[in-house]
Amino acid sequence: MTTHLLDDTASLTGRSLRHITRSADTIITTAVTPIAIMLLFVYVFGGAIETGTENYVNYLLPGILLIAIASGIAYTAVRLFTDMQSGIFERFHSMPIARSSVLWAHVLTSLVSNAITVVIIVVVGLLMGFRTSASLLSWLTVAGILALFTLALTWLAVVAGLSAKSVDGAAGFSYPLIFLPFISSAFVPTDTMPAPVRFFAENQPVTSIVNTIQDLFAGEPVGNDIWIALGWCVGILVLGYVLAMAAYRRRIS
Amino acid sequence: MTSTTTPQPAIRVQNLEKSFKDLHVLRGVDFDVAPGSIFALLGSNGAGKTTIVRILSTLLRADAGAATVNGFAVSTDPLRVRESISLTGQFAAVDEILSGRENLVLVARLRHLPSPGRIADDLLARFDLTEAGSRRVSTYSGGMRRRLDIAMSLIGQPAVVFLDEPTTGLDPEARLDVWQVIKELSAQGTTVLLTTQYLDEAEQLADRIAILHQGRIIANGTLAELKQLLPPATVEYVEKQPSLEDIFLALVGNDDVRETIGKDKS
Repeated sequence: MTTHLLDDTASLTGRSLRHITRSADTIITTAVTPIAIMLLFVYVFGGAIETGTENYVNYLLPGILLIAIASGIAYTAVRLFTDMQSGIFERFHSMPIARSSVLWAHVLTSLVSNAITVVIIVVVGLLMGFRTSASLLSWLTVAGILALFTLALTWLAVVAGLSAKSVDGAAGFSYPLIFLPFISSAFVPTDTMPAPVRFFAENQPVTSIVNTIQDLFAGEPVGNDIWIALGWCVGILVLGYVLAMAAYRRRIS
Repeated sequence: MTSTTTPQPAIRVQNLEKSFKDLHVLRGVDFDVAPGSIFALLGSNGAGKTTIVRILSTLLRADAGAATVNGFAVSTDPLRVRESISLTGQFAAVDEILSGRENLVLVARLRHLPSPGRIADDLLARFDLTEAGSRRVSTYSGGMRRRLDIAMSLIGQPAVVFLDEPTTGLDPEARLDVWQVIKELSAQGTTVLLTTQYLDEAEQLADRIAILHQGRIIANGTLAELKQLLPPATVEYVEKQPSLEDIFLALVGNDDVRETIGKDKS
């Protein structure tokens, strides 16, 4: 059963990557909204926001990247839902393949497409004045955290794709995720928020991830935040994977 | 695939039961399908035809009873069953964004066959899709999609092919094309289990016909045997009227139909 897992995953990933390259608009759409938010905050609100850093783009970029990923994974849910609807999911399942490769192909495709979006946004950030003294190791750490965050949210998207009753349902689950960065340290420091909001902001996953990436980009020591961030990511990943497997078993039983 | 010389049935279904919550869809279904034959499962919508096909193709587990395909039990040996079969469901399960050729190559890869490109080109030629092969499937007509769908099912020469309502929604010409393919398959020794709600389709194609009604097989036999279930025919003189299908095909001519199908979406 596992002998063909790698082959089959490669074949099916090749298939869904073609979906991405042939509808480049999905990548552009995923990148455009976060870029628009970045422009809005840097050139409209940014002048009035006190972050304690001279360069607001530097402060903002990590949160923008998380928004991009949170909206990007919705396409994974939609692609999976479409596969279930069209019957091609059943075709694959009636073939002598490693069945788990069907889901893994979608997950790997999500990692690739979100990585492309992230690179586009970082390039736009550089044009807008983002500057970093991060070492290669710091860059790799940032990439690793973003990949882990993508992976964790993608498994949640798999749950949505497998359980949704309509395309809108499959896509809509990501809206709350997109808003999480707004109630975090991504746009403004949490100090000025009223106590209950501040408590929520400081104890939700996005803040620790944003703080870690901000520190890594600034070349400062990351402190405890990185462990909290990794804890959140791994926790969501495990939860998402368990829920996705349960939803998967429900669909194929 | 390995063709065994044993005379065991290609498909054996014994006392199969399946419920969805309170809905008792299959209430003890029994039938055998001989190797190399075409077996039609006839029934109205909701009779449970698709449920049987889904159980036999390892997509669904039965509540009770036993089923073997090509000698392998679907419950305990699903992987060997999947190696022996292919499924063409009610809706053409093709990838819209890939081209026809890419769809075929993908299936050949997933079946771990050597030279997937050559397999794809051969099938495109056999199914009259060579010209459309590099186009995206989203530009195909219904008949072309169905031909591609069936072509994908033939990759790897499975011993048993399940066709779940293969001609539903097709125009008369595309329907005849599909019938032709099914006859060729059977001539090559492939076992075909066909579900349909069209009586003439079963009559045209099947070596044996089983009628599924309210979760049970209420009749199973050759067309001649089934005809004997009714009182002997009485002779009446009736003017032979052409069917609308005869008229349609005579008026448009077969080649014209195919051209229209090829062009209307491009």
